[in-house]
Amino acid sequence: MKDFSNRYIMVFSVVMVVSVAILLSLTALLLQPRQEKNVEVEKKIQILSSMNVSSDRSNAVELYDRHIIESFVINTEGNRVEGVDAFTVTLRAEQRKPLAEQSLPMFIAVADNGDTLHIIPLEGKGLWGPIWGYVSLKKDLSTIAGVTFDHKAETPGLGAEINTTPFEIQFHDKTIFENGNFVSVKVVKGGARPGNPHEVDAISGGTITSNGLQAMVHDGLIKYEKYLSQNRK
Amino acid sequence: MEKVEKEPLLSAKNIKLLKNPLGQDNPITVQVLGICSALAVTVKMKPAIVMAISVMVVLAVSNVVIAALRKSIPGRIRIIVQLVVIATMVILVDQFLKAFAFDVSKQLSVFVGLIITNCIIMGRLEAFAMANKPWPSFLDGLGNAWGYGWILIAVSFFREFLGTGSIMGFPVMEKLGVYNFGYEDNGMMILPPMALITVGIIIWVQRARNKSLIETK
Repeated sequence: MKDFSNRYIMVFSVVMVVSVAILLSLTALLLQPRQEKNVEVEKKIQILSSMNVSSDRSNAVELYDRHIIESFVINTEGNRVEGVDAFTVTLRAEQRKPLAEQSLPMFIAVADNGDTLHIIPLEGKGLWGPIWGYVSLKKDLSTIAGVTFDHKAETPGLGAEINTTPFEIQFHDKTIFENGNFVSVKVVKGGARPGNPHEVDAISGGTITSNGLQAMVHDGLIKYEKYLSQNRK
Repeated sequence: MEKVEKEPLLSAKNIKLLKNPLGQDNPITVQVLGICSALAVTVKMKPAIVMAISVMVVLAVSNVVIAALRKSIPGRIRIIVQLVVIATMVILVDQFLKAFAFDVSKQLSVFVGLIITNCIIMGRLEAFAMANKPWPSFLDGLGNAWGYGWILIAVSFFREFLGTGSIMGFPVMEKLGVYNFGYEDNGMMILPPMALITVGIIIWVQRARNKSLIETK
């Protein structure tokens, strides 16, 4: 191999770095709209799935527009906050703010059978990374109509099971209030007691993810406690 | 002017570059490189196939780029240059997957980024592309990526078939109705250790058939 001068090595490195930088930024810029569209559609699919409407990439936007009639942001006092788009709120950023300043998104939807559903987004920590989901509540604002969960990097076959139907379906018809007090839904290791309206089975081998999910559901929903209590019919 | 004899594009030597990595020079079963991703993305066939294609694109293009630049790359910073080329390719592949195959990119998540650390790629750049012309390097890249890819796909076939009873997401076992006779999917196959054992069995079969691969004591 030839011996190159220091000057040559410097020039070579600079040219290489600059050309790579230009190439990458151009690609990122060109593909960004498509990527953002994908993320948006993904979010709509998940919101729809929490109200038990299955959709795919082709029809998610249309179904979303049909079912979701209103979306708004409230604060922990249960009052509406104007000027914030609920769909674009990033929960992770909100969770870093003081409780009173957090924007809490809420989606109002109409199910196929005409029921009004309140959909609340959640975000928390699993074992390896973030987990998130959506909970839809029936008109009494306590009974769960459906949930959807997803995760970034939980272990396949163990913690990753939280986004499967058998796990999610357990939440159906559980209630988050007992006699007007907020109790959330617990994810119980070793199995929920049969008939208990506030418990579901944890995932065997996925204890940390299960605990993270339980904390996410509790911490996420408790911020809406005032709103839910005030608006209960 | 000096007369250079032109080698045919697919000479015997070049064919060998394509074929050897599939069997007796396989990057996974013989050189035992790239094992990490072979364990991680082989639960289902679809991500395994996409991973194989991604590695093929990254390896073939990086090999060509390095081979084309090989005479102007200063030896003292060649590893950094190789890394920059690989990282650039990987980011491009990742960006394209996110834009055009979002669901697959979600499943592969971090593993696309980890192609950068796939030992096969740096290994080929350093061992082959730095010393050869672009065309043979391209073939060498394709050959090694295929050698890596077919093992990945074979392992994912067994893991998906035995672990979840489906092939490419199609529920074969359910359609055959074997569950009615008391058959159950083996949940163990989904866990990473079984990928290691599956790769081990492939290595075992290969060495049983090809005695020249067995190391002498």
